[in-house]
Amino acid sequence: MEGISIWSNLGLVYALLGAAVAVFLAGAGSAIGVGIAGQAAAGVVTEDPSKFGQVLVMQLLPGTQGLYGLLIGFITLSKVGLIGGGAADIDPQTGLLILAACLPIGIVGLISGKYQGKTSAASIGIIAKRPDQFGKAMLFPAMVETYAILALLISFLAVSGVQI
Amino acid sequence: MAVLQMQRVSICALKKDRKAILEKLQSMGIMEINHVIDDDEDFERMDTMNVRQGFEKNAQTADHALDILNQYAPEKKSLFASLEGKKLVGQEQFQKAVSRKKEIMRDAKGLMDLSKEIAENKAGIQKLENQIESLSPWMALEVPMNYKGTAKTAMLLGTMAPGTTQEAVYRLIAEHAPENTAVDVEIITSDKDAVYLAVFCMKKEERAVEDALRTGGFARPTQTANQIPAKAKAEYEAEKEKLLNRIAAIEKEISGKEGIREDLKFISDYFRIRAEKYEILGTLPQSKRTFIVSGYVAKKGVPAIEKAIGNGFDCIIDVEELKDEEEPPIVLQNNGFSASMEGVLESYALPHKGEFDPTTIMSFFYVFFFGMMLSDAAYGAILAIACFVVLKKFPRMGTGMKKMMKMFMYCGVSTLIWGILFGGYFGNVVDIVSSTFFGKTVTVPALWFAPLDDPMKLLIYSLAFGLVHLFVGLGIKGYMLLKDGKTLDFFCDVVLWYALLIGLILLLIPTDIFASIMGSKVVFPAALNTLAKVLAIIGALGLVLMSGRANKNPALRIALGAYDLYNITGWLSDVLSYSRLLALGLATGVIASVINQMASMAGNGIVGAIIFILIFIVGHTLNLAINLLGAYVHTNRLQFVEFFGKFYEGGGKAFHPFEADTMYVTVQDVTENN
Repeated sequence: MEGISIWSNLGLVYALLGAAVAVFLAGAGSAIGVGIAGQAAAGVVTEDPSKFGQVLVMQLLPGTQGLYGLLIGFITLSKVGLIGGGAADIDPQTGLLILAACLPIGIVGLISGKYQGKTSAASIGIIAKRPDQFGKAMLFPAMVETYAILALLISFLAVSGVQI
Repeated sequence: MAVLQMQRVSICALKKDRKAILEKLQSMGIMEINHVIDDDEDFERMDTMNVRQGFEKNAQTADHALDILNQYAPEKKSLFASLEGKKLVGQEQFQKAVSRKKEIMRDAKGLMDLSKEIAENKAGIQKLENQIESLSPWMALEVPMNYKGTAKTAMLLGTMAPGTTQEAVYRLIAEHAPENTAVDVEIITSDKDAVYLAVFCMKKEERAVEDALRTGGFARPTQTANQIPAKAKAEYEAEKEKLLNRIAAIEKEISGKEGIREDLKFISDYFRIRAEKYEILGTLPQSKRTFIVSGYVAKKGVPAIEKAIGNGFDCIIDVEELKDEEEPPIVLQNNGFSASMEGVLESYALPHKGEFDPTTIMSFFYVFFFGMMLSDAAYGAILAIACFVVLKKFPRMGTGMKKMMKMFMYCGVSTLIWGILFGGYFGNVVDIVSSTFFGKTVTVPALWFAPLDDPMKLLIYSLAFGLVHLFVGLGIKGYMLLKDGKTLDFFCDVVLWYALLIGLILLLIPTDIFASIMGSKVVFPAALNTLAKVLAIIGALGLVLMSGRANKNPALRIALGAYDLYNITGWLSDVLSYSRLLALGLATGVIASVINQMASMAGNGIVGAIIFILIFIVGHTLNLAINLLGAYVHTNRLQFVEFFGKFYEGGGKAFHPFEADTMYVTVQDVTENN
């Protein structure tokens, strides 16, 4: 990338920073959440290996935030042309707009991922004691996820709304 | 779309027939036993506790024997074993096993004895290993460990703190027992825990020397062998070998008994069925010569009972409608399509007595929303075909599982349709493959529109679908209020809300905000605008005035009414919750595109194609799995929280018929055949 100065491409830098924030914050949230739920799940499986399938589903529930972050990151990258076709010429203002648009899913993904993980761990406790209540147990983590979905929606609409 | 009507059936028959009648009822499995008669001097209940416990213990013994058998001779099971359901066996085959029950139980006990012997031998091995372990530092010693010494000398064997040297020991003896000079100290081994040493001295001085050594932390070994350590170790090893061989022989003996696995399963189920029969028998009111059995039967099952019991035995069968205060068990009855969604309702709650069963209405929304969230034609086709194949291949799958598979099959079809409408086939695989490998981009056009091109439009549609869903929920509430004759409640809690909400929506549509979202301005005729205002005002005023109608105090009544009006925010958040229809649909499509993009990065050519296929398969499998889970969870949520929240209470109890509740096999009912 010789000859291309960061300062003359500040817009692109901001946009890329946005994509990075979306992917890494939301991904970190999911990693924390899946980690917390996984510890609880492993505990249940040591007692009763036949519950593996059910607790695995529970463990996966906080994993979606990372995917939402990936989604926004991907949309951002393809919007600024870093995937498929040459990079667009973006002024710093537009770059900052894209960065701002990426923030909701990043931050909400991080926090909701962690708390969804804790809720999943609690729901895994339900499955350990009353495996027949799987449907209800699954609902509690899904409640937390709602807010990640709302953040995803706003990030998505904002990123696609920014004019380049 | 209904709850099956229950009736109470009471059978009064001769005591001599009681076991036969109970067996008949158990094999029919359509009656939930529930007695209304209390104890009195004419009727008493039999104590079957001991007999029942005996049966249960036998069933447990058989189960335990099966576990042992599975441990040493694992049953060959396919990956889909859990789908296969219980094996169907003929009455004859089952009875043959039952007639040999003593022999089979003896075999089961034999298996348990063998398993116990293995455990004992393993404990023996552990003990030997401990002994070998404690001997290992003394291996260099060439006299027995309890060697007392020669006529004049004595040997002191023991350990001292790690790092102790020969000089240090001599110094210790010199300090504390200076008169003893004839001492020889040999360090046998030393490791990080201790120094192992043998000290020789004159027999008469043994005590003084040992006391001197003790001041430096000397301790005799806890375990000694009356042999030379190396020899003792060899003996222990040989003994261990013998035990290992014995274990191997027993394991072989156990795995040789694989043939009795079937028998054990039969006998375990046999005792389980009998235990259950005796449990019921213990609850029956019995007089000297007669007994009564009473319980709930679905109305359509009553003729079968009358025929089977009434024709076969001397008895009186009394069928009566339920009394008002009785709370019958709930059985749902729906058409084939909707019945597959009964599991979803059950996992929330069964309708309470007299409540409307929402399964049928819910099932259509369920499939609709599920398809919209997954929204990929290829994923839908895979899901539908996979479920169809599983359903065909394993016809004896458990009922709950079968319903679930059917539900996912219908959801798959719906996903297929939504995928075609939105133009998603593994995301954008057609575009990517055509441009990467054939140099020309081909796009399969969406039948309706591609959500990525116009997300706002789909958002509006999602919210609109949600509004329909919620309105239907409110409508069901209205229907139930009308059915109970609560016309005032119907008007205040349902009609007024409809008026307010419809008025507000009609006010919202012609505004500029809505126009900027939709991209085009909607202009209503003036009359409609006026109607909207009127509806909204009537609704709002009505709610303020009427919601607190249970209160006499007018001020409190108005305050409660205003608070109820605040529920409009609840409606707003409920409707916004349906934006997940858009978000999850986008997630499937975009992540599928990411996978395709990654797969195509290796370029075209043979290597490119191979890498493409590998990434494609792994990536789409993962994406399908996680989005399937997401669609399932969030469709459930929309039903449970948003839809049921509008009208559904639940709290009914499930129907638990008296039946042969077996674990391994289903015994064919003779009456079903002839």
